[in-house]
Amino acid sequence: MKSTLLIGLANLLRGIGRRMIERIWRLGAGARLFFLTIIYSGESFRRFHLTLREIYFTGVMSLLIIIVSAFFVGMVLGLQGYNTLQKYGSSEAIGVLVALSLVRELGPVVTALLFAGRAGTAITAEIGLMKTTEQLSAMEMMAVNPIARVVAPRFWAGVISMPILAALFSMVGVLGGYLVAVPLIGVDHGAFWSQMQASVDVREDIINGVIKSVVFGVACTMIALFEGFDAPPTAEGVSHATTRTVVISSLTVLALDFVLTSFMITV
Amino acid sequence: MDRTTIDLWVGVFVALGAAALLGLAMKVGNLTSNKLGDTYSVSAAFENIGGLKPNAPVKSAGVVVGRVTDINFDSKSYEAVVTIKIDKRFEFPKDTFANIYTAGLLGEQYLGLEAGGEDDVLKNGDKITQTQDAVVLEKMISQFLYSKASETDPKTDAPASEKNSGDAKSTELGDAPF
Repeated sequence: MKSTLLIGLANLLRGIGRRMIERIWRLGAGARLFFLTIIYSGESFRRFHLTLREIYFTGVMSLLIIIVSAFFVGMVLGLQGYNTLQKYGSSEAIGVLVALSLVRELGPVVTALLFAGRAGTAITAEIGLMKTTEQLSAMEMMAVNPIARVVAPRFWAGVISMPILAALFSMVGVLGGYLVAVPLIGVDHGAFWSQMQASVDVREDIINGVIKSVVFGVACTMIALFEGFDAPPTAEGVSHATTRTVVISSLTVLALDFVLTSFMITV
Repeated sequence: MDRTTIDLWVGVFVALGAAALLGLAMKVGNLTSNKLGDTYSVSAAFENIGGLKPNAPVKSAGVVVGRVTDINFDSKSYEAVVTIKIDKRFEFPKDTFANIYTAGLLGEQYLGLEAGGEDDVLKNGDKITQTQDAVVLEKMISQFLYSKASETDPKTDAPASEKNSGDAKSTELGDAPF
């Protein structure tokens, strides 16, 4: 009786330890893949059409979902902001509210979350399936480095696409907020834009938003690439890897957002 | 898919991104409204600047004529030294008055310039000597209460006038200068 309890306890501890070691191992392997990608990324610029192709699949194909969701996010911000601001008689400040929340936070973060769901999963599934069907091994047999040929172009495509998508998200969101605030509710057109321009700083708000989106682009793309590269070569393995891509990317983006914001906002 | 089609779409994508960034900078941000042109710097010392921040507007007659560039503490005179830059198009007399005002009841603080009457104008590196500090609400309230207390004290000493003094107090509060 007593010995079974002890064995159970030992197994529990062993399980926790194994999971921890696996997590740390994955972190190290991911970091190694990241450095290898940087080292072998010369190929993706010499043969730039490889990267362009990936920009098409990760960036251009994500345009629709980004623009539509940005439009709705902006309109909701307009409605909710007006609802609260008019209680204090300052409904003209709605432009400031919409622009600052989009440019500083929602633009980069929501774009990164959508990007992880739309492009990150595609990258993981594609590379996982390449591994399952032994295409990556075949490349190695032909003395083609799969990191230079497959991973690096996708990495740079993600890093280039993310800031563009985030900037589009912010701009379309502001237009959505404008559409709700000015023609629909009747906030003054001039006050909407002039108050926005008075309080949105190009360096402190817009450039910081772009910096955030570049960091999120690196994180999301790298996680998706690593999960695909690391997936067990089975159908189940690829499906698990795809799920993990979304979960880990989302958590990383939200955690990184806090860290970056705390650097950027000087209290 | 054809390589030229991909190139075209990626070109459209990048152009859209550039347009969005430009739109953010021009329409949403303050890239266009922050232009001051050529400026000259002037400093002014205040005993209390309240909540004045760098980059706050400098206004004269309500028009933005410059910006606050720097705020420092002078450890010899124990005063705040505010450096401002004013657009070269606007010239102010040497005896210009610098005040710190608040936009609205709770708005941001800005520096207001009231032109004096002298013929000489302020030049780069000059110092504005006539300044008025920011209004600190707590200070004002405590001053008011202190003056009220000193006014009502002798009345309460006098006998049989308790009712009167109470009435007088309430009317005096109503006629308060702010």
